Amino acid sequence: MSAADPSLLASAPGPQIRAVRDEFHGDLLEVSMGPHHPSTHGVFRMMATLDGETVVKLKPVFGYLHRNHEKIGENTTYLGSMPYTDRLDYFCAMTNNWAYALAVERLAGQAVPERAEYLRVILAELTRLLNHTCLAGFLLQDCGASGTPLMYAFREREKILDLFESLSGSRMMCNYQRFGGCRVDPPPGWLEAAGRLVGGYGGFLDEYEALLTGNEILMARTQGIGRLAAPLAISAGVTGPMLRASGVDYDLRKVDGYGFYPRFAFRVPLGAHGDTYDRYMIRMLEMRESIRILEPALRDLPAGPIIDPKARLRGFRAKPGEAYGRIEGPKGEIGFYLISTGGPNPYRYRVRPPSFVNLTILEDLCLGHSIADAVVILGSIDIVLGEVDR
Amino acid sequence: MIGTGLLKGLAVTARNFLGSFHDPRRFVTTQYPEERTVLPEAYRNFPFLVSESADDPMGTLRCVACQICEKECPPQCILIEKSADKKPDANGKMQIYPAVFAIDTSVCMSCQICVEVCPFDAIKMDQVFELATTNRFGGLLLDREALAKPDSYFHRIHPTEAAEVEARLAAGRKAAQDKARAAAAPKAAPAASAPSVQPPAAPVAEAPPPPGTAA
Repeated sequence: MSAADPSLLASAPGPQIRAVRDEFHGDLLEVSMGPHHPSTHGVFRMMATLDGETVVKLKPVFGYLHRNHEKIGENTTYLGSMPYTDRLDYFCAMTNNWAYALAVERLAGQAVPERAEYLRVILAELTRLLNHTCLAGFLLQDCGASGTPLMYAFREREKILDLFESLSGSRMMCNYQRFGGCRVDPPPGWLEAAGRLVGGYGGFLDEYEALLTGNEILMARTQGIGRLAAPLAISAGVTGPMLRASGVDYDLRKVDGYGFYPRFAFRVPLGAHGDTYDRYMIRMLEMRESIRILEPALRDLPAGPIIDPKARLRGFRAKPGEAYGRIEGPKGEIGFYLISTGGPNPYRYRVRPPSFVNLTILEDLCLGHSIADAVVILGSIDIVLGEVDR
Repeated sequence: MIGTGLLKGLAVTARNFLGSFHDPRRFVTTQYPEERTVLPEAYRNFPFLVSESADDPMGTLRCVACQICEKECPPQCILIEKSADKKPDANGKMQIYPAVFAIDTSVCMSCQICVEVCPFDAIKMDQVFELATTNRFGGLLLDREALAKPDSYFHRIHPTEAAEVEARLAAGRKAAQDKARAAAAPKAAPAASAPSVQPPAAPVAEAPPPPGTAA
């Protein structure tokens, strides 16, 4: 490091100093962010190698929240795994429940009554509102807007959680879907309360977007940051809003048409740049579309049984075979793959977690950006460690 | 123009700030523990055991120690030991009872599966949530004395579900009584009129209704 000798710098004339400065490269610095770092959304660790402030290498380290979910699933009954699925992505218990119920229903060849299908759509879209609202709040928190957007998001989230609580008994660990329908009928007044919430949500989004969407600081921090090209997104298996922000028209609600989604008219918003701002914007637009699904769904909810009368709770067994059930969760494709040998518990139980797969491209997004941007990029991927580590 | 987005955002924040003084839609905080939100009826926390009477909870537990909940419990937090003797239940039928019934609430995840699989409506979800204790082993492992709560308590916290359960149990009791009467009738009839060959027809005619009403 003779070039960095201060006495040399002091004695050198002008142009020479600049030449010395250009050669002045410090060592690469390895920074371990996490697992106990508030910006990593849980117990996630980023081993970032920095050149100055620029990320030149980034290794995601996870597994700190590994709870043996899949092995437990193989050792408990089919019904017994249902409450565990709540704890995968604890923001979206209702969609996790649905994906798992769908896989088991395919395995057992079980039908679902109309009322339950409608309720599933309603609950999944409410979950999408909840997840995307909170994501915007967390993303802004990562940008340094401490408090305000997240508190507004949590104010609305609380209203949706109150709905979940009065329906299923628990705010986040709903454990509500069953094989062949849903567990209980909505209590009196629930649908009206849900209708009021959905009716007022557009107004909240207007307010939220007035706060955020045109904000110059947010634009400066997110536009052009963490571009994800469509070919990379497809080859890495990225799904959900991440993929659609890169301009790929792939939404399982349209592609698979599971549940009663084909009965509802909604559009799939697509991004043009694939940067962090697009990923934020896609979620805002998706929430508007969710409201367009929720309004007719709440209006047309048919009467009838909530669960198939032939559905069995105790001693449930599925025919030997295998099934994969997937739905478009708020974070992407959430799927459950089950193999049955005819026993009371699955022989193989595997989860396809969207945020885990979306996280695999983190390094590609962060290279060349500053470490502060890496935090924002991670926020826009929308991970929940309960699901990443399982 | 640069800065208009920021000003728009600041206007939103200002509206929210001022609204938090006068607009009821923005009064979102509850000052727990001075104020409490009303729990919805469906709210569930750890399970409890239903006993018919508040005076003799251990003698009137509905649980018959069938151990279905113990087997179905996903985190395996229930421990049941069957009794050696039997004692009469609410219908007067001799039943086994749980000599040991313990739930480790540090393991329980309040999923309600034990309640759903119980064929006797003997275990239900409680609504008590202030359960902090200074003893993390003994304080969280609840035995049957700590778990037993009277049926009237269940009616108070889950009125709708309790009404359904009550109707179901009443139907069960009626079916049991009809069955007992039908079983008693053939024995009583021959004793009353032993020489006659005709009387057995009467109990036969009387017997079919119970299955019909039960169905």
